[in-house]
Amino acid sequence: MTRFVERHPVWALIAIIALAILLWLIFAVWPPGLEEAIGRKRVFLNAVFNGITLGGLYFLVASGFTLIFGLMRNVNLAHGSLYLFGGYIGYAISASTGSWILSFIIAFILTALVGVLLQVIVFRRMEGQDLRQTMVTIGLSIVFADLMLWACGGDFYQIQTPSWLIGPIDLPLITAIKSSGEPVYLRYPLVRLVIFLASVVIGVAMWLALNRTRIGMIVRAGVDDRDILAATGVRIQLVFVLVFALGAGLAGIAGVVGGTFQSLSPGEDIRFLLASLVVVIVGGMGSIPGAALGALIIGLAEQLGSVYIPTYAIVVTFLIMVLVLAVRPQGLLARR
Amino acid sequence: MLKGSVGLIALSALFLSGAAMAQEKIKVGVTATLEGTYTVLGEDGIRGHQTALNVLGKKIGDKELEFVIASTDATPDSAVRAVRKLIEQDKVQILLSPLSGDEGIAVKNFAKTHPELTFINAASGAQETTYVDPAPNFFRYNMDGAQWQVGLGKYAYDEKKYRKIATVGEDYSFIYTQVFGLVLEFCGMGGQVTNRQWVPLGTKDFASVIAALPDDVDAIYLGLGGADAVNFLNQYQQAGGKAHLMGGSIMIDQTILSSKGNAKNALIGTIAASGQADTWEDPGWQKFVKAYQDAFPPNKRFPSPSLLATNYYGSTMALILGLRAVNGDLSNNQSKFKEALAKLEIDAPNGKIKLDSNRQAIGTNFVTEVVDDGKGALFSKVVKVIPNVNQTLGYDPAVFAKIGLPSRTVPECKKY
Repeated sequence: MTRFVERHPVWALIAIIALAILLWLIFAVWPPGLEEAIGRKRVFLNAVFNGITLGGLYFLVASGFTLIFGLMRNVNLAHGSLYLFGGYIGYAISASTGSWILSFIIAFILTALVGVLLQVIVFRRMEGQDLRQTMVTIGLSIVFADLMLWACGGDFYQIQTPSWLIGPIDLPLITAIKSSGEPVYLRYPLVRLVIFLASVVIGVAMWLALNRTRIGMIVRAGVDDRDILAATGVRIQLVFVLVFALGAGLAGIAGVVGGTFQSLSPGEDIRFLLASLVVVIVGGMGSIPGAALGALIIGLAEQLGSVYIPTYAIVVTFLIMVLVLAVRPQGLLARR
Repeated sequence: MLKGSVGLIALSALFLSGAAMAQEKIKVGVTATLEGTYTVLGEDGIRGHQTALNVLGKKIGDKELEFVIASTDATPDSAVRAVRKLIEQDKVQILLSPLSGDEGIAVKNFAKTHPELTFINAASGAQETTYVDPAPNFFRYNMDGAQWQVGLGKYAYDEKKYRKIATVGEDYSFIYTQVFGLVLEFCGMGGQVTNRQWVPLGTKDFASVIAALPDDVDAIYLGLGGADAVNFLNQYQQAGGKAHLMGGSIMIDQTILSSKGNAKNALIGTIAASGQADTWEDPGWQKFVKAYQDAFPPNKRFPSPSLLATNYYGSTMALILGLRAVNGDLSNNQSKFKEALAKLEIDAPNGKIKLDSNRQAIGTNFVTEVVDDGKGALFSKVVKVIPNVNQTLGYDPAVFAKIGLPSRTVPECKKY
């Protein structure tokens, strides 16, 4: 951090000013002139919060994707299928048992299992052949999509939000002052906050596991140089299987999350694959903090775009991607 | 492509079974949105089509009808692809297509490249399809989106006393047409439409759209359908929304009213207008509802047919009656059949339908209100029945032409 400030004082200043403006926009009561210029504060705050919570969902999908890539150099284009598969499993469990929490656990276990099978049966056979693996994952994603269409139909499914999560809560952020002087607080859907908190917890846990545990150390060493790691006697295949299982399981959890606050249908697999590709390209392939930053940027861009420039909202995310590729092709937080 | 073909094979197998007799056949291609946002609409459309076959039979004199179904996803290119496949590979002679607004415009334009064939619109409702440069071989036996909104603006203004409304709609031709009909009438009465929000078809995350809804209006009009409508309602409930709502024709429809979960309860009391009303007491309508209910087990259908089932029923009915009028004679580029279709008046379940000079339906419209039947099922209850609604909505054609074509901003909110 300090090194960054020393090396790029101008950029650091710009970043600090932008952050200060953002904080002011969030916490201050807007003067009437500003409300007239860019609309009500409630709309802005909602868009920011939605962007952050959507970023949480994107992070869940993309973190597994980037972890698998970082360690195995395998661009798993079937990652979106794992997302959708997890969602369908979550729907089946929550519809039959009525338990939302249980659906997360089972979806995680089953998609992780699929991940293990993929790694053991398919990818181990073509280790080191990046292009071949990528082509195979494209093929698998098409096969999975058809199998799921066959099993679940073209209908859309929505996982029922548990009753204790339905409805909005008041956040201690003032959006406006009524003429009587009474402040109006921001009302925000509880379920989205919970989901966002959960993704933060998962993100932090993953960071801790990677940076503070022995297995994390092995994984990081593998990311840097897996041949040397294997030569030191670590059972690298076991590590690969574990990482693949974790990445797939996270996609499964993301599927349940996505099925709860959005919906599940054929085509969602491709949408989330694309989203996680954009996220990791922006954040930096193979970097967990990069996935978090990328997910946040893309989530915010989508939501703010849909409010302030609805016609061009779809373009914004790709513009960001193009910009990043032009200026910093390795991604914002990638290691050299 | 592969995705579509799975559903396609399953469905066409249903129709092809049992028709193995060596007999002269008339091949008809059907398209429906069996993928994507409008899947549920397409599925119920096919149910309506099957109900019509159950009631009317597949015999045309000594010939038999054979149907091939293709799937689309509500995008114009998917519709053209499906229609082209039906014509070139399956060699169909007549098309019953398509379901959705943008698809309709594309298929109408495509129809001009095959003047020898006949196209009967299945359910699509964009105004442009038959109003601008219509194809001589394209027939539409359902009203367009604007006709389906007739009566709603007046009812909202006079009875509900709404003065200011805002709209949220999917960003494509059918919803433009619906908002066109609503705005013309509501603003003509003196009401104000303060804000029109457009969201892409297939939007999943409506949270910011919901947050941006104005709160200084009397009601919010929702022009959404299929998965979009369900997603919207779900997130509207999570955000604690409480505004008065008004609905478009595919929003207040069994495809949404019988969706899973309780988010749809926000719609109770919502006023809407459509080409049908679930609780209409007309005997013809009741007979159709009964036929629909008898044709499928309760878990494989809606409690009552959706607008799409009704439209597919009507278009299939027109197809069969038209063919019977000429005894299945498709010679001379189907000219006799086309003449018969243009003159045909059908006694559809949702009222009598005849065609104007653009081969566009003139029919009956319904203003409705959503009620709970006491057992948790929601239905649209008739408030008003308006017969003889034509495409220019009762305006003088010259005045109507000046309003412009439905789009994000047309018509302006004023009296024309």
